[in-house]
Amino acid sequence: MSRIRATAVGAVTASLALAATACGGGSSTGGGSNDSPKTLTYWASNQGASIQVDKKVLQPELDKFEKKTGIKVKLEVVPWSDLLNRIMAATTSGQGPDVLNIGNTWSASLQATGALLPWDAKQFDKIGGKDRFVSSALGSAGPEGKDPAAVPLYSMSYALYYNKKMFKDAGISKPPTTWDEVVADGKKISKNGKWGLGAEGSNLSNNIHQIFVMAKQRGADWFTADGKPDFTSDGAVAAVKQYVDLMAKDKIIAPGNAEYAQNQSLSDFSKGKTAMVLWQAAASTFKSQGMSEDDYGVVPAPVQSGAPGTGNQVNSMVAGINIAVFKNTKNADGATKFVKFMTSDEESKLLNKTYGSIPPVKAAQNDPAFESATTGVLKDTLAKSAAPLPQVAEESQFETAVGTAVKELFADAANGKAVTTESVKAALTKAQQSMPNK
Amino acid sequence: MTTTAPSPAPAGEGRAVGKNSPGSASGKSRRPGRIRRIGLPYLLLLPALVLELLVHLVPMVMGVVMSFRELTQFFIRDWTSAPWAGLDNFKVAVDFDAPVGQALLHSFFVTCLFTVLSVGLCWAIGTAAAVFMQETFKGRGILRALFLIPYALPVYAAVITWVFMFQHDNGLINHVLHDQLGVTDKPSFWLIGDNSFYALLTVSVWKGWPFAFLIVMAGLQNIPKEMYEAASLDGAGLWQQLRRITLPSLRPVNQVLVLVLFLWTFNDFNTPYVMFGKAAPEAADIISVHIYQSSFVTWNFGTGSAMSVLLLLFLLVVTGVYLALTSRGRKTSDV
Repeated sequence: MSRIRATAVGAVTASLALAATACGGGSSTGGGSNDSPKTLTYWASNQGASIQVDKKVLQPELDKFEKKTGIKVKLEVVPWSDLLNRIMAATTSGQGPDVLNIGNTWSASLQATGALLPWDAKQFDKIGGKDRFVSSALGSAGPEGKDPAAVPLYSMSYALYYNKKMFKDAGISKPPTTWDEVVADGKKISKNGKWGLGAEGSNLSNNIHQIFVMAKQRGADWFTADGKPDFTSDGAVAAVKQYVDLMAKDKIIAPGNAEYAQNQSLSDFSKGKTAMVLWQAAASTFKSQGMSEDDYGVVPAPVQSGAPGTGNQVNSMVAGINIAVFKNTKNADGATKFVKFMTSDEESKLLNKTYGSIPPVKAAQNDPAFESATTGVLKDTLAKSAAPLPQVAEESQFETAVGTAVKELFADAANGKAVTTESVKAALTKAQQSMPNK
Repeated sequence: MTTTAPSPAPAGEGRAVGKNSPGSASGKSRRPGRIRRIGLPYLLLLPALVLELLVHLVPMVMGVVMSFRELTQFFIRDWTSAPWAGLDNFKVAVDFDAPVGQALLHSFFVTCLFTVLSVGLCWAIGTAAAVFMQETFKGRGILRALFLIPYALPVYAAVITWVFMFQHDNGLINHVLHDQLGVTDKPSFWLIGDNSFYALLTVSVWKGWPFAFLIVMAGLQNIPKEMYEAASLDGAGLWQQLRRITLPSLRPVNQVLVLVLFLWTFNDFNTPYVMFGKAAPEAADIISVHIYQSSFVTWNFGTGSAMSVLLLLFLLVVTGVYLALTSRGRKTSDV
């Protein structure tokens, strides 16, 4: 009996202590401290084929960093599906990692929370200055006129991957450069269970990436200059209709793609079920699925007419991963050193080579590894014809609202319901109205 | 804390004495012993109370406070600094002429229909199976164990398997319905579009009926066999026995069972979320995922909290009315 009582007392004390610590958290302001200069926590986004692969790639680099600076980095690789929620939870509680990866399209949204350390000129000087980075990559690190909330780490862009044999079998001599050619070639291929183009109709982000470019090609943006949603302009409606019509009217995308969200379109491509796919840096995935590099070709993503370039000739969003420092860090100096290390010429080359992405660091881009047939196209696109997604605080809401509208329209197309200018406009109007009022 | 403060010292002392001479400990001082005896249950309850406070009550109160604030990503770092919104969040949630309110209302109706069908089917299948399993036959034990598998499986693994089966191109469901039986003239979509409602309902019933089966089976154990014997002597058939003995005797069990199933199904988040992700098809836009999306995906925590508060009020009212009606019914039938 007395032992039970003692245990009870222990339990009560423990639960009260728990209550005290839970209440005592509070939120601190300011730009981090140097209270624990010997350790860092790093949340890396899942870049490779699996979390294990990422750990294998990154751990030797972290060991290198520890040898150099004496700072131990604790690594956690976070899957994409969890990353944003984890960052939000860390922001709310103030208990996050010291250094973290963010998707570059979230830059402005996360900057608005004030949880990330701003990179002003002085902070940038500590890692070698702003000029070391490619300007399009910096453009996706936050709104113009504001200090970026993150530094570009891996850059990517979209390209058109095509199956050489399927093209040859259909009697097509060269890959398409415009949407009209994509449709024409796609129609030649789409028969007997084979399809022209692959899509990920239920993947909201992917939907956004495609229709962002198609709207740009019509001179339409999704937000006005002062940051208000503008989802129903003629250009935006036409862009969404054009994309969904690839399934609904042109019938070069298999209806089943409407429910794809887990990169199934890449498997279909590897298996020779679809002849084309628009993707960012897909080479390593194709390789892991048993496809040889000689089996497919990579060309710039299509434009409406002519050749890719700036303005209406844009053919990709600026895709990529940024590295950021959590404002509440207990090792601000160490975190900055770590960002400097990860974005150094040498590391930038090494990591981007491994992941098949393009270094956002100018000096690293000159490495011959990024001149190959696959990555050369991605690099050129980034330099000449890619545009960053709208750098507004509501970007993540835009991805959900409009991405879902496109998903529903694909569902209509797959089920044989008509997709008209009116139905597209109605879906986009609804999406715009669901955006938070400013 | 003041009431429990004196306890630790005597407790420690008592243990020391008790170790040496167990008999003398209680006889030494009767009063503190009694206080200890009276205080002990409360002391033992305290950790649970504190945790309950932390895990349920504090977040609930925080949620209510948040529903009155304009809480977006600009303020989540320090949510107490979010501007006061008064009733604005609630107005947005129930403005059925605007898209946010319309979507919430749509989601509410979808959830009501889904809940009624799912609970009804779970109950019917569970009861039928439990009554059927009353008879002893060869292999009953194995069958009973098989019935409980859906209840025992981890939700995520089970639902993701269903997702594979529902896939348009390679799914088992289309393979059976279209390729083998020829019931449909072309493969159907189950995870997008209107059919998603039936897909969700199927998984929900599959997952929920074993619980009904388990509870009803336990309830059946309490019905005296003599009642059935007497009834059959009086010439009552199986159907009459079911209507006159089984169902009325199960009434108290069913009262709780239906309520629990209702609350679980209405609030079920895991099944729709694993099946459809953060953007559910309109036909299967269950309210828990809808609120999650309003709060965590569009980062409009204020409106999301207001919706949660409204949902809580609705469920409280429904539960209250249900309990009042069923217990009144029981009292009159008892009389």
